[in-house]
Amino acid sequence: MTKNSEFVKFDKVDKSYDGKVLVVKDLNLDISEGEFITMLGPSGSGKTTCLMMLAGFETPTNGEIYLDSNPISNIPPHKRGIGMVFQNYALFPHMTVYENLAFPLKVRKVSKDEIDKKVDKALSMVSLTGFENRMPGQLSGGQQQRVAVARALVFDPAVVLMDEPLGALDKNLRESMQYEIKHIHESIGVTVVYVTHDQGEALTMSNRIAVFNDGKVQQLSSPDKLYEEPINSFVAEFIGENNTFQGEVTDISNGKCKVKLKEGEIVANPINVKSKGDKTTVSIRPERALINPSQKMDNNYKGKIEEVIYHGDHTRVRLNVLGNTEFILKVPNSSQNIDIKLGNTINISWNSTDARALDPK
Amino acid sequence: MSSETKQILTTDGIPLEVSLKKAEKKNKIKAFLLVAPLLLFLIITYIFPIGEMLFRSVDDRMVTNMLPKTFKAMEKWDGKELPSEEVFEAFYLDYKFLVEEKTFGKLATQLNYEKNGFKSILKKLQRKMKKFEQGNYKEQIMNVHKRWANVEYWRAIKRRAPDITYSKYLKAMDMYENEDGKISQVSEDRRVHRILWLRTLEIAFFVTILCFLMAYPIAHLLATLPMKYSNLLMICVLLPFWTSLLVRTASWMILLQQQGIVNDFFVWIGLVGEENRPEMMYNKTGTYVAMTQILLPFMVLPLYSVMKTISPSLMRAGKSLGGTPFVAFWKVYFPLTIPGIGAGCLLVFILAIGYYITPALVGGASGTLISNQIAFHMKSTLDWSFASAMGLMLLTGVLVIYWIYNKLVGVDNIKLG
Repeated sequence: MTKNSEFVKFDKVDKSYDGKVLVVKDLNLDISEGEFITMLGPSGSGKTTCLMMLAGFETPTNGEIYLDSNPISNIPPHKRGIGMVFQNYALFPHMTVYENLAFPLKVRKVSKDEIDKKVDKALSMVSLTGFENRMPGQLSGGQQQRVAVARALVFDPAVVLMDEPLGALDKNLRESMQYEIKHIHESIGVTVVYVTHDQGEALTMSNRIAVFNDGKVQQLSSPDKLYEEPINSFVAEFIGENNTFQGEVTDISNGKCKVKLKEGEIVANPINVKSKGDKTTVSIRPERALINPSQKMDNNYKGKIEEVIYHGDHTRVRLNVLGNTEFILKVPNSSQNIDIKLGNTINISWNSTDARALDPK
Repeated sequence: MSSETKQILTTDGIPLEVSLKKAEKKNKIKAFLLVAPLLLFLIITYIFPIGEMLFRSVDDRMVTNMLPKTFKAMEKWDGKELPSEEVFEAFYLDYKFLVEEKTFGKLATQLNYEKNGFKSILKKLQRKMKKFEQGNYKEQIMNVHKRWANVEYWRAIKRRAPDITYSKYLKAMDMYENEDGKISQVSEDRRVHRILWLRTLEIAFFVTILCFLMAYPIAHLLATLPMKYSNLLMICVLLPFWTSLLVRTASWMILLQQQGIVNDFFVWIGLVGEENRPEMMYNKTGTYVAMTQILLPFMVLPLYSVMKTISPSLMRAGKSLGGTPFVAFWKVYFPLTIPGIGAGCLLVFILAIGYYITPALVGGASGTLISNQIAFHMKSTLDWSFASAMGLMLLTGVLVIYWIYNKLVGVDNIKLG
């Protein structure tokens, strides 16, 4: 069976609540069958609105959403067959765990035996066997979360939507739940559309990530590409840490460009700049700049250490490089780096391919 | 734990338990002092009057104290035939004392409750008594009026002998203790109270249902609308609340009377003819309409406060899991509002069962309730013990309803806010 690469399709979708501001602008997004896709973005970027349109609680102002090639804008939520995990779990507080899980099966007129079997299976999937008769109020946050996931999956929906499902959990639990959800996704192969504003969560869980800002998808690509090769300065800024230099392109040739800064000049990788004279923001990941590297690199500068912050496994060092006093370095905690002391001046280098010249801020 | 377990001491050597108790005692006293004024207020204004009411409804010492000699003499009387001269003499002496004290009128009132016709013969006796000669009082009294020769009247006096009586309760149920001491019903044309009790229950029940049916959608709207609209709507709901009860009832009188606005409207749209405008006031209809409107906020508020706490994502979850909007409502939303429904219904029912002003003004003859009867006896007949008895029966009824509710739904399920 070939997988449908346009299993869920947003086709030129616009959404406005008040007729003045577009919350979602001209959204085109294809989600393939069995994919784990994450909508990532700051609050108010339109990601949750997209999810609600897919679930059927909001209607697109313009454009159409297709599920398995069928337009679904006029289908009410209960006929879409899409599972959903809500931010606050939305477990029915007056029903036991069993009744919660049986609810979607009962409304589908599944036989009693079949319901028992499916509920059992779903509960063992989230390792909550034996909790059938508990009320949601008697469960911990993590357990409620698992029940919510089990409930969204128990009726074998084609697509499961998750709206910041881990937002209310503490850090450790959140991390273990991330793996758990990822494993469940891998084992049953359901299509998952996941919404979060936590980039770490997005990077660890997804096949692909759609970064939302200002009602638009800024970049849609795999986690590694998103991190390594952001295509604009918003994505570079939003995903991970990055050091930036503002400047003007003075020369473009052979896939490299020279960028003139206020103080000095750097060689960068032209991504969003086309010609001489373009303003640009150059972005370098902290771990791509090295101290006294063994190989030769095409950017070599001196930097004065302004601040040293100890993080256990690594040390964060704030430098003053080329007039940028916010330049961050991540130095692994090893015996080599003993000359990292406040006030020292050190040599740092990076490859021009890692210095991405993006659109100006 | 064994008794040998070492006692934990505080640093200054006092056992920990003792010093904890000491520390907590201070807080307890402080807390009690804060609630003491309210406690006192409740005792004075609520518990004491109810106790007084209970006592008054069964208290029958008034007659006992007015006719001490008579009742002493009556102890030996079997009540079958006319009492002996001894009883007549004792009665004469008691009554003579009351006449001198000028309190004989009270006796007349009290005995008249027991049996009609006492008032006039006691008055006549008072007039003729001045010329009574010593001895043979039986004959002299019986000569005053022929009723004094009727054994029924003497039995009626004897029935008032005990210190306590439950005759008021029987009377409220249209029953009485007849001459043989058996409880029987009053004649059919005089059974007024039972009709009133049933009507009170019926009106309270249907007003509760009507309030519920109307309040549920309003409360839901209030709970789901955006703040700026819901505040306005809330004010609309509460506005009648802030208006005097009397003004609201009066406005219903203006609206509902036969030449009133509602009737005018019905005629105008051709629903009814000009000649046969329906009577919507001074009957049950008027009571229903006015009471439902007045009690509506008491249903809306508990429902609203419960609905406000129900996350909208629950309904969404219900729908996304495949429930039709109706199923999501019925299986998810409705069960969660039951605490509010319980609180609202209980509140409205209890208020309705004791409602007074509205039925008094718009109820007419067929729309008055038991509370109007209570008020009537408080103000007009001055039979306070009867009013107390009915009031207590009403209170008991409310407690019974509360008990049934507790058995069915559980009181801990009530949510008022």
